Amino acid sequence: MYPVPKQTTGGAKANVRDAGTQPLLQVRDLIVEFPTRSGNLRALDKISFDIAPGEVLGVVGESGAGKSLTGAAIIGLLEPPGRIAGGEILLEGQRIDNLDHEAMRHIRGRRIGAIFQDPLTSLNPLYSIGRQLVETIRTHLPMSVKDARARAIRLLQDTGIPAAEQRIDHFPHQFSGGMRQRVVIALALAAEPKLIVADEPTTALDVSIQAQIIALLKTVCREHGAAVMLITHDMGVIAETCDRVAVMYAGRIAEIGPVHEVINHPAHPYSAGLMAAIPDITVDRENLHQIDGAMPRLNAIPGGCAFNPRCERSMERCGRERPELMAAGPTRAACWLHDAGAAR
Amino acid sequence: MALVQADDLAMSFDVSAPWLNRVIERSPRLLLHAVDGVSFEIEKGKTLALVGESGCGKSTVARLLVGLYQPTRGGFHFDGADAHATYASATGLQLRRRIQMIFQDPYASLNPRWVVEDIIGEPLTEHGLITDKNALRARVEELLQSVGLAAQDRIKYPHQFSGGQRQRISIARALATQPEFLVCDEPTSALDVSVQAQVLNIMKDLQRRLGLTYLFISHNLAVVRHVSDQVGVMYLGRLVELADKQELFANPRHPYTRMLLDAIPKMHDTGRARTPVQGEVPNPLSPPTGCAFHPRCPHANTRCHTERPQMKDIAGIRIACHAVEEKRI
Repeated sequence: MYPVPKQTTGGAKANVRDAGTQPLLQVRDLIVEFPTRSGNLRALDKISFDIAPGEVLGVVGESGAGKSLTGAAIIGLLEPPGRIAGGEILLEGQRIDNLDHEAMRHIRGRRIGAIFQDPLTSLNPLYSIGRQLVETIRTHLPMSVKDARARAIRLLQDTGIPAAEQRIDHFPHQFSGGMRQRVVIALALAAEPKLIVADEPTTALDVSIQAQIIALLKTVCREHGAAVMLITHDMGVIAETCDRVAVMYAGRIAEIGPVHEVINHPAHPYSAGLMAAIPDITVDRENLHQIDGAMPRLNAIPGGCAFNPRCERSMERCGRERPELMAAGPTRAACWLHDAGAAR
Repeated sequence: MALVQADDLAMSFDVSAPWLNRVIERSPRLLLHAVDGVSFEIEKGKTLALVGESGCGKSTVARLLVGLYQPTRGGFHFDGADAHATYASATGLQLRRRIQMIFQDPYASLNPRWVVEDIIGEPLTEHGLITDKNALRARVEELLQSVGLAAQDRIKYPHQFSGGQRQRISIARALATQPEFLVCDEPTSALDVSVQAQVLNIMKDLQRRLGLTYLFISHNLAVVRHVSDQVGVMYLGRLVELADKQELFANPRHPYTRMLLDAIPKMHDTGRARTPVQGEVPNPLSPPTGCAFHPRCPHANTRCHTERPQMKDIAGIRIACHAVEEKRI
């Protein structure tokens, strides 16, 4: 039905097979829609990407680009009326986008862990953190309460909580923001999931705490062998943490590739504009590069390439035809500038 | 003489339990020293940035300067006159016209039931600057254009704008009374990076054109590097380092400044070794003795535990640190 993405799927698979591993997560032509009275709003429009086992994939974009929605679709927590209207999500080769509520509940926590932005709202204020950890562990793993508690203490130690044996009986309000986020990370790792979806895990924290949490997330996930999908709007966090990065714009992936390529040699004009708009602490500049205008609303996404009205390098074709991801040097970009087939 | 002079500004909040609890539980009065002796000067046409983590008192300084709080100690001179005495006097309105504020959240700082013309026109009518309706409309249109919005946007409501456009409306409102000094409390923290770039560029452009003086409060050091001339670093209600931008970023002296700079994730590898940050911000209700930073400081000695360092002029910057003073770092 969609010849272009199918070809790329085959290509990606062949590459992965060469490396001798199957991707942990495969997202294929995922479409998420919100039905409204004035028609369906397409919030995610045919996005495709893979995450390899143990890999850290960053997802960046401005608010409304659809990055959190991608994470929510993967962990099966789309808020109604939002729904998956097309495409598929495969975890270790098994489709998970069409599972019922109960089956998804067993995957969530066990095979996919989640970390959200605000650690205070992800913890139940009425239960001690030990009780929440033990409950999560026993839901997914066959363990006695005693073993689960020992495991919970070990997890808290792994995430750098001092005096874990005592702290385990404390309640969330007795922890500081950074410590709470450590507890949330311990909770996400409780059943040794293969994939962790972390949605803005450091945005609510102060800079000095942010660095601690990011370093922790990286090392703990590596030790536990979990891949991470790190959703954030902070390019610095991405640069220091991720292997690859996907830049999203208006519900589509604009560019995806190795993180240092995308930061230093962005192939898509939007990624290039985004990188230049970020004030750099190491460089003095008189004026920042600015991308005029704003991201389009979902009910007014321009035809052709969604970025073309704001793009400095827009061509006639960009307003007419929508580019799919295509090879652009070491990265892949959805931009006609990189169309090898067309005459320049 | 500097346009803005803050001298030993201090603000404490009474966060004691209610009277009855204090009597029954014999708990003492509890004071939170949000700002504890902050002094700085800003020359006309320059930008001073205050940085620090949440709870360090930077927003309280902003609110003190615009007169939303009465300081518990110290004072603030604007253009040579004691501002808080003036705020309380008959000429207070005159001073308020000359000092305006831009707030962090453009979704909360604009009245959702007013059209843009009323929002931007309010300070003009409030200060009695323009009474004629047509003149008011013309002025509002001019202000909208000065921040890059269209003149016909004046009949729209705030919800019809994006976050960046709303922040431009707040800037236009702050500029309406032709102020000399703008207090900007995290003006771009709620915005996306591409929009943040638009707003920062407009603010710098306006400063060049109108000779504005800014106090720019932010927790983002990269933004601060971009907009400021001088930078003050705050920790638990006190300034710990105050230096010219070039000096502070090239050669940070205070261990806390170094830690903050190291903690920021960098897009491009700087080659500088990063020291992992230890510990968290202490509870401001019971700040550590001596230097408030000593529990997290790798250079702390016994003097730091007991004696609070004062701001001193050392090698062209102002800094409060025993270790720097004793040339240990």
